[in-house]
Amino acid sequence: MRQIAIYGKGGIGKSTTTQNLVVGLAEAGYKCMIVGCDPKADSTRLILHRKAQTTVMDLARERGSVEDLNIEEVLIEGYRGIRCAESGGPEPGVGCAGRGVITAINFLEENGAYTEDLDFVFYDVLGDVVCGGFAMPIREGKAKEIYIVTSGEMMAMYAANNISRGILKYAQSGGVRLGGLICNARVVDKEFELISELAKQLNTQLIHFVPRDNQVQRAELRRTTVIEYTPEHPQADQYRSLAKKIAENRNFVIPTPIVMDDLEKLLMDFGILEAEEVA
Amino acid sequence: MGTNIKDTQKLIEEVLSAYPEKAQKERAKHLAANDPTGQCSSCQVKSNTKSRPGVMTVRGCAYAGAKGVVWGPVKDQITISHGPIGCGQYSWWARRNYYNGQTGIDTFGTMHITTDFKESSIVYGGDKGLYAALNELKGLFPLAKSMGILSECPVGLIGDDIEAVAKKVSTEMNMPIVPVRCEGFRGVSQSLGHHIANDSIRDHILGKGKLETSTPYDIALIGDYNIGGDAWASRKMLEELGLRVIAQWTGDASINEMGIAHLAKVNLIHCYRSMNYICRHMEEKYGIPWVEFNFFGPTKIYQSIRKIASLFDDKIKDNAEKMIEKYKPVMDAVINEFKPKLEDKKVMLYVGGLRPRHTIGAYEDLGMKVVAAGYEFGHNDDYKRTYPELKEGMVIMDDVTLYELEEFTRRLRPDMIGAGIKEKYSYHKMGVPFRQMHSWDYSGPYHGFDGFPVFARDMDMTVNSPTWDLIRRKR
Repeated sequence: MRQIAIYGKGGIGKSTTTQNLVVGLAEAGYKCMIVGCDPKADSTRLILHRKAQTTVMDLARERGSVEDLNIEEVLIEGYRGIRCAESGGPEPGVGCAGRGVITAINFLEENGAYTEDLDFVFYDVLGDVVCGGFAMPIREGKAKEIYIVTSGEMMAMYAANNISRGILKYAQSGGVRLGGLICNARVVDKEFELISELAKQLNTQLIHFVPRDNQVQRAELRRTTVIEYTPEHPQADQYRSLAKKIAENRNFVIPTPIVMDDLEKLLMDFGILEAEEVA
Repeated sequence: MGTNIKDTQKLIEEVLSAYPEKAQKERAKHLAANDPTGQCSSCQVKSNTKSRPGVMTVRGCAYAGAKGVVWGPVKDQITISHGPIGCGQYSWWARRNYYNGQTGIDTFGTMHITTDFKESSIVYGGDKGLYAALNELKGLFPLAKSMGILSECPVGLIGDDIEAVAKKVSTEMNMPIVPVRCEGFRGVSQSLGHHIANDSIRDHILGKGKLETSTPYDIALIGDYNIGGDAWASRKMLEELGLRVIAQWTGDASINEMGIAHLAKVNLIHCYRSMNYICRHMEEKYGIPWVEFNFFGPTKIYQSIRKIASLFDDKIKDNAEKMIEKYKPVMDAVINEFKPKLEDKKVMLYVGGLRPRHTIGAYEDLGMKVVAAGYEFGHNDDYKRTYPELKEGMVIMDDVTLYELEEFTRRLRPDMIGAGIKEKYSYHKMGVPFRQMHSWDYSGPYHGFDGFPVFARDMDMTVNSPTWDLIRRKR
């Protein structure tokens, strides 16, 4: 079983990319599970074809505690037998969503969600790793493999670099490794070159460049993934390709995060950030 | 510098020599040989700093200071331990703050009320549960005059907005709801909790009460927690002196009394450490002078009565002399009975806010000698008040560790230790006479003319009990 965590800046398309790619893996015959680690609980919508499933924490709140739950109530099979669970959590501004992630993952573990037949478990984690709770998937030897979703926009790259720092910390204490960057293209200038270079500087690879295509949004509006919605569409092949690359990936590294100056220099070298803007 | 001081400094060095160099250096700042003149600079201890990791400290936390000391004794407020169950459970009426009233009807002192946080309270926040609890409590106990929300650690960690809940409920119920941000991780000891609690009284209760009539003799008794009835013993004396006690904080205190203390002519403060903050505030805002006093043992009682009387007219001054005349024979009789049995016995004290200095006189009245004194959470101003009370060369200890306490015990060979519950049983095992001086070991009162006979009897009972010889290892 390979446990994989997907991180990246908020709004970059982590959930969309994860679900499309997992369907690609499932289509290729792999048995997969997605664990949504975000109070918004939108990590499994395209697999289950409904808004948000019953989350671990919401049900625990209703019943009183997680001990009152059954695993079947929160672990649901969707398209192509993909198992889906959502941690759930509070609305913004109250409580501790990080603790919710910890509680939910512990619950899933203790109640046998991680069965032998699984090939892949994906953790789709809230954009900003703000506290220990959101690092839960990469702590204690859970996910050993991380992919960062980014784009050629400066803040997305900045976030990717920051996440690399977090990985560096846990790479030394645990065994977690960076598997690569996934570029979810925003159609900025020289995006492919830019992210390839960023990947190189972070000591990793650009595992796949997903071009922008409105077909993704069309599928999403119908609460489904591109592969399920239009299997023949070229964008479906992009996700199949990403799935294949991840399944075959052997390039796992300890990242080498760069300093802010270097990141800015990178943007300047590729002509995005003009020299006078920095001065 | 006297030889006493040098000898003690050597003794402290020897005790500290067991530590690694860094710990030795740091702990040395918290231990000193006493110089009553305050002139020897190396005789001043450092205080109110973070305890050294790895040592056994007996300090509490901000919650302990706010709930256990200041707010807990207020009898007609429902004091909620907001968070998981343990903090409230293990601080449940630990200080024996007596009060008059019908528990569960109009008073709530011995009740333990908590919002009992569970995992989902952390994840989703505890504000809704708190709101529900406040409403439920109002229904169950309609005679409660106020409700206090005492934050435990998790409430601060997850950033719950207890102030907003308090404000909302306060408006809805038209009664004070007091949020107290006393999360245990704040500060270095329970001391910050006292300060936080004082501030919450200032912001939510003080100045809101009404007093029908006013007299020139109105005083407030501050910093007496009525442990084993202490405040009653003190109040009785102040009334006999001709004063009118309009408020007593917070032993047997009501919310109304706390709301009218600002109308007092003078604030009389017993425990300086835990309530000097509110006295300073009342001085600044209402111009009320405050005076420290000490009702432990006849010598200090006589001094204090005269000091208090000096702030009032001749009638009160006359009363003071009459009182001393009246009670002196009673006090002398106590001394005559117990002094022969306690003469020259050595005492080591390690307590909280005021006792390490305030009880020295009472022991000396009985012929006993305090050979070491220390505070768990004292500040510099506490130690400054202590140096003159203690004899030259005696040991001053700040946030002393269990190892140091035991070593001082072996070397100074005190006949009695006065300290807290955490030290109690290790001393029992050592066979050293021990008195729990935080809550008077289930006895009391110790304050005032009523208290001294009890104090003397208890010390005799402790020091001269034949039990200790049976425990002590035969050499």
